[in-house]
Amino acid sequence: MIGITSYGAYIPWHRMDRQLFLKAWGGFAMPGERAVAYYDEDSVTMAVEAAIDCLRDIDSHTVDGLLFATTTSPYKEKLCSATMALALALRRDIQTADITSSLRSGTTAMNFALDAISSGRANSMLVTASDMRLSPPSGMTEQALGDAAGALLLGKDNVIVEVQGSHSISDELAATWRGETDTFIRSWEDRMTMDESYSKVMPEAMEGVMKKCGLSPKDFAKVVFDPPGDVRRHGRVAGELGFEPAQLLDPGGLFMSVGLLGSAMSFTMLVAALEQAKPGDKILFASYGNGADAFVLQVTDAIEKFGERRGFHKHLESKKMMRSCNDYLRWRDIVPLDQARRPERGHISVAANWRERYVDLGLWGVKCRRCGTPQYDYGGMTTTPIRVCAVCQAVDDFEDYNFARKKATVFSFTHDMLAPSLDPPTSVAMIDFEGGGRSLFDLTDRDPDQVQLGMEVEMTFRKVFADRGLNNYFWKARPIRC
Amino acid sequence: MAGSIKDRVAIIGMGCTRFGELWDKGPTDLVVDSVEEAYTDAGIEAKDIEALWGGSIFTAHGGRFFTEALRMQYIPATHVVNACASGQDAIRNAAYAVAAGIYDIVLAIGVEKIKDEGMSGLPGMDNRTHTHAVATMPGVFAIMATKYFHRYGLTPEEGKTMLAKISVKSHANGSLNPKAHLRNVLTIERVLNAPIIAWPLGLFDCCGVSDGGAAAILTSAERAKEFRKDPVYIKALQICGTPSSGRITTDYDYTHVEESYRAGAAAYREAGVTDPLKEISMAEVHDCFSITEAVTMEDLQFSPRGKVKDDIDAGTFELNGELPVQPDGGLKCFGHPIGASGIRMVYELYLQLQGRADKRQIKDPKLGLAHNLGHEPYAPLCSVCIVGL
Repeated sequence: MIGITSYGAYIPWHRMDRQLFLKAWGGFAMPGERAVAYYDEDSVTMAVEAAIDCLRDIDSHTVDGLLFATTTSPYKEKLCSATMALALALRRDIQTADITSSLRSGTTAMNFALDAISSGRANSMLVTASDMRLSPPSGMTEQALGDAAGALLLGKDNVIVEVQGSHSISDELAATWRGETDTFIRSWEDRMTMDESYSKVMPEAMEGVMKKCGLSPKDFAKVVFDPPGDVRRHGRVAGELGFEPAQLLDPGGLFMSVGLLGSAMSFTMLVAALEQAKPGDKILFASYGNGADAFVLQVTDAIEKFGERRGFHKHLESKKMMRSCNDYLRWRDIVPLDQARRPERGHISVAANWRERYVDLGLWGVKCRRCGTPQYDYGGMTTTPIRVCAVCQAVDDFEDYNFARKKATVFSFTHDMLAPSLDPPTSVAMIDFEGGGRSLFDLTDRDPDQVQLGMEVEMTFRKVFADRGLNNYFWKARPIRC
Repeated sequence: MAGSIKDRVAIIGMGCTRFGELWDKGPTDLVVDSVEEAYTDAGIEAKDIEALWGGSIFTAHGGRFFTEALRMQYIPATHVVNACASGQDAIRNAAYAVAAGIYDIVLAIGVEKIKDEGMSGLPGMDNRTHTHAVATMPGVFAIMATKYFHRYGLTPEEGKTMLAKISVKSHANGSLNPKAHLRNVLTIERVLNAPIIAWPLGLFDCCGVSDGGAAAILTSAERAKEFRKDPVYIKALQICGTPSSGRITTDYDYTHVEESYRAGAAAYREAGVTDPLKEISMAEVHDCFSITEAVTMEDLQFSPRGKVKDDIDAGTFELNGELPVQPDGGLKCFGHPIGASGIRMVYELYLQLQGRADKRQIKDPKLGLAHNLGHEPYAPLCSVCIVGL
């Protein structure tokens, strides 16, 4: 049996009431809220979060491949999944690939992963889909979009959702696009794309897979598929296919609470559905973008023993409402801003990044074999790599020790108004890790008024610096999210 | 430790520029102005200097910077880079060379031209991968204040008031000093109501940012009185390095600075001081932030652990108190041109010991202590210098 063996999701902590767009720009506000990635998040960091959620009780060394699906890769050239593999402590002899450019890149990657497993080339493939799309400020699309990520682990063992069939359609239409030099997405009139593409291609893919499997709409407990820009058209397509409203995972709820999530939409909806699923449920799952991919899924008995995930619902409920549209513009670097009068930070050294890749991207430290003290020292100073034990001075007598998934407590902190930040103050804490080890980290996703000594925190992978087209990723601490 | 510097080397001349935003002074001006004052004070000329050590972090690049500025004629010159202790370490190296009998008359200089950066604060010291918490220096010392308040049960208001008294005291002293950068008199209310820089530290909890230069001329104790009747003798010169383990292991309490304590204890042993509060007449300590001064009072054994507030409230460290601290106004009023600060501190002790401190004059001082703390509280480098008659 091949199918989904684990799932995870990530929704950023920050949400924006769409009324804030109305306050900023005038005009019209769509109802509800949208999810907004913080200034230190992007499609890569959100995918890592979803993947950590997905791998919560799973040995990362059992994963044979990592696919990163997005339309908003931070790079035109350079593999993001290779960065993510270090953050997730995956093995080195794995396949990594970024699947980009299409809003259904998530399900495309899912198909590739299933093929790799059925061919015997891999036993377990981790597929992430993540998007942080930018629409020109003041438009309706800016209000409609949301930032999020989903992750599915596919494999042969402990399958919680069997994939029983799939069908794909390719369709040439520039419904939305970004050119070589575009920052913001562009789109054609949605009435035309819904009439001539979405409303034809989605039924074609879903009918195709039902036919392959010899199933009809009444056989499904749930039908989960991407909505178009106008969410109402989703229900019309479902009705025309012969589904009852009760069978639908209604995307209206997601639109009202997080927005349209780009290539993360299909995975996020599926995770939301799986959180409610029962053994024996059949799910029709489909995703749209320059064509469509459709799947017949069957929930197995194993889902009853499936471990706890933050997934969709817990992340949804853990939120912080934003104060203004200005914060959104500032976090996205959409408007030129006054620069803090602080020292310039110099260039990234690719050589130093590479040398410190396990320390910085993986949050690997050491544990002294002689005195047993776990130790972490951030990279790039004269103090790394750690060669001499800070306690007993033993030399090169360490085992590798990972801090990325350790909880910690705030030993002391400050809210620094002087340090440059896209959301001042910069909260910085000395944290003590459970089991030993201490370091100084930025605190993110925190309410400054709530930070206290002794507060429990966890590590989160974030973008910390950008220079000449390169992003540096590193870890920050945050209050336990949920 | 086999040897001691006590009473083997004397300071026979010193100079110090006015500290401040010296827009019209270049690095060379700061060197020449301070050294010329020192020559005059010692009654010697450039040709009498046999070797020099110059402390600086950002301004100098090699010993040549100093010989070039002074057009020194082919003498040995060494650039000392040792964080905030660079100036004191220049004195230490110069003193050791004299004590070793290699040279008779040497020059120690400290200089920093900070205000060419177009901003307030120090130039950048980023790591190569830009992957670390981005706290500023006020930030990493603010973390110490947070912890100190918590550990000793001070409410933020009580803690901030304790710290405010430190800054008010230093500004009172600085207002009497024509060479200080900041000479305004503060009130506790003004300090408490100032904008926050890094919670809980506000604007007046932070030292100024200034340009400056200072210089000392050293000779052997045997020859000192050939130059002046009131030379000042070096009693102790200690530097304590760090394993930088305070941010690695969980046993560091972040309410004291071990390196300050150890440098102080070693200096007391070297100088033969057994009761610091009684025997030390005055101290210039590294008050980069008010909390640093508070904790340093405990590290140098002037106040019991956790009890500095009692001594601050009692006025112990005020100019007319039992142990005046920062009689010249401290880093608080002089700012912190890194390389210059350590020698600027010794300059004040030197003037006080000679009875030349004018309105700030402390009655009949015998021993003065200067202390520097470089880097962050959890991984610092600390120096202590004791001088006396």
